[in-house]
Amino acid sequence: MLKIENLHASIEDKSILKGLSLEVKAGEVHAIMGPNGAGKSTLANIIAGKEEYEVTAGNIELDGEDIGELAPEERAHNGVFLSFQYPVEIPGVSVTNFIKTAINETRKAKGLEDMPAKDMLKMIREKSELLEIDRKFLSRSLNEGFSGGEKKRNEIFQMAMLAPKLAILDETDSGLDIDALRIVANGVNKLKSKDNAVIVITHYQRLLDYIVPDFVHVLHDGKIVKSGDASLALELEAKGYDWIKQELV
Amino acid sequence: MSKYTEEQLEQELKTQEYKYGFYTDIESETFAKGLSEEVVIAISKKKNEPQWMTDWRLEAFRVWKKMEEPEWANVQYEKPKFQDIAYYSAPKEKPKLNSLDEVDPELLDTFKRLGISLDEQKKLANVAVDIVMDSVSVATTFKKTLGEKGIIFMPISEAIQEHPELVRKYLGTVVPTTDNFYAALNSAVFSDGSFCYIPKGVRCPMELSTYFRINEGGTGQFERTLVVADKGSYVSYLEGCTAPSRDENQLHAAVVELIAMDDAEIKYSTVQNWYPGNKEGKGGVYNFVTKRGLCENNAKISWTQVETGSAVTWKYPSCILKGNNSVGEFYSIAVTNNYQQADTGTKMIHLGKNTKSTIISKGISAGSSQNSYRGLVQIGARAENARNFSQCDSLLMGNLCGAHTFPYIEVKNKTAQVEHEATTSKIGEEQLFYCNQRGIDTEKAIALIVNGFSKEVLNKLPMEFAVEAQKLLEISLEGSVG
Repeated sequence: MLKIENLHASIEDKSILKGLSLEVKAGEVHAIMGPNGAGKSTLANIIAGKEEYEVTAGNIELDGEDIGELAPEERAHNGVFLSFQYPVEIPGVSVTNFIKTAINETRKAKGLEDMPAKDMLKMIREKSELLEIDRKFLSRSLNEGFSGGEKKRNEIFQMAMLAPKLAILDETDSGLDIDALRIVANGVNKLKSKDNAVIVITHYQRLLDYIVPDFVHVLHDGKIVKSGDASLALELEAKGYDWIKQELV
Repeated sequence: MSKYTEEQLEQELKTQEYKYGFYTDIESETFAKGLSEEVVIAISKKKNEPQWMTDWRLEAFRVWKKMEEPEWANVQYEKPKFQDIAYYSAPKEKPKLNSLDEVDPELLDTFKRLGISLDEQKKLANVAVDIVMDSVSVATTFKKTLGEKGIIFMPISEAIQEHPELVRKYLGTVVPTTDNFYAALNSAVFSDGSFCYIPKGVRCPMELSTYFRINEGGTGQFERTLVVADKGSYVSYLEGCTAPSRDENQLHAAVVELIAMDDAEIKYSTVQNWYPGNKEGKGGVYNFVTKRGLCENNAKISWTQVETGSAVTWKYPSCILKGNNSVGEFYSIAVTNNYQQADTGTKMIHLGKNTKSTIISKGISAGSSQNSYRGLVQIGARAENARNFSQCDSLLMGNLCGAHTFPYIEVKNKTAQVEHEATTSKIGEEQLFYCNQRGIDTEKAIALIVNGFSKEVLNKLPMEFAVEAQKLLEISLEGSVG
């Protein structure tokens, strides 16, 4: 589904990704771990098409199509979803209005009519139940005054509504207490299918107890330096990132 | 789409041209340029006005001659040359019309291009529309329904003929001729406008609406509106404006007076979309307006305005809360783009006991524009337990525009409670990227963010107006993305 080859990227002439390759197939869950500053969030943002990064070499393919030149909204229309580490506030725009706009803009891009209000309502009910989201929450201004946990839960709610092909969860576990973590992870697990894929970016093993990855990759200094199965995450947790760094020397 | 930076955002905001820029080719009768006592008398004669009206105008003219144009507003412009303006312009053909079929087809076409379909409005919106095209009303609808309730809604020129006692009693009582430079000028030369009277205890069954637009090149327009709500009555009044593009600046100096007697309520909503000038800041309408309402006991006046047009705006819809327990409200969205300048806000004058006022002002600045909020909250010595809440929010787009807030608070009674809140924010790349990532393109994202920012005010508009206002906000700020 996603194929990244030899990706080099920089921001303001500072090189961050230095030859990263990654292949994610439909139905798989990949975890990307690594110390601060390794380039994890950069990778997420580049896949989503954030424009302040300059891709200097390599390419990104989604379903065999090069998406490197596509605008962020076009990538979203093609099924890329990024759950933000720090979701932004949009005052005066309700969670409902925002997700309605997102869904209908995506449909418009595909030449479809707006989703009938009735269907939208049904889906909102279903997905908010899945994530144990209270009805009142949906009328609040997007992310305004939300707690860390509410913000992340709202991200996963949007993911559930948009049903992306490829979901990238950027540090979704940060700021979550244990109950919220369980709810969010549970939601992600229920949305998983053989047709979609998830990339989980995290510092800690904790989230991976709930969302069990098929593959774990360690990102260090702009490259994937080690890959393995779920047990690699446990090993990292026990030994720390210094272990990887030492191994590289 | 390539990289979308702040600079590009600004660039795209700049490339927007005025959508309603066209000129209707209707034969007009226009007075020679210049202003003198003779011209004032001629305007009055042209309208067959009674002597008291002519005298009133002349007195205003004499006052005006001694006044100087105010300079305290945070705006810069080339002052109008008052002797270069023609003070009267009316479409030449002015037959009495009973139905739309009788209206000049070209005029109807103009309205259609503006998106004003009278037919549709009559059917769907239940709106009685009194259209003012270059100073003279050409179509009046729903007169009959209103007549049955005893409601008077007509061009003020007709009201002077048909209801002189009412007009004479109230005209100039809220905004006296001596009030300010532009109000004095308006009083001397006003060409037409609307008059509305709601009898005691009557609830006006429909939104009353007037569309103003400036048509003839080089003519200033001086509208006069007077709304009187008698005891215990209610009316919602809508005013919407668009104008075709012009190279020279056009002066607009309207006066609106509202009188809400005991227990009466007036809602006055405005959508203003006059030509803002081109992207270099050339041309555009000067909008110097005096709007004020007087509240007697338990009365309420709400001003709601969406201002997207004009090159220079100078406008402070105000409430004099004279009666006890009276309520004044001001809800405003002011959008400036390119080189537009707006200095707008309100005055809440608390005189009575237990008076209450609310001010919600939303300023949106883009391009190289300057957007100022100027508001006065005055609590008089006898205004026991007066309360005011003010909130002024500014939204900036790009780095070249400016937002300014000038709140003035004068409190002469210790029991007063006055609150003022202000925020300034900026549409950031992070917000745009977040929206983009959810499949919402930048243009739509800006519309979404701006509408969210303006929501508290948009919610105060009558339904059919809110939709139009939302569209206008999008048009005013949309770029050429996609």
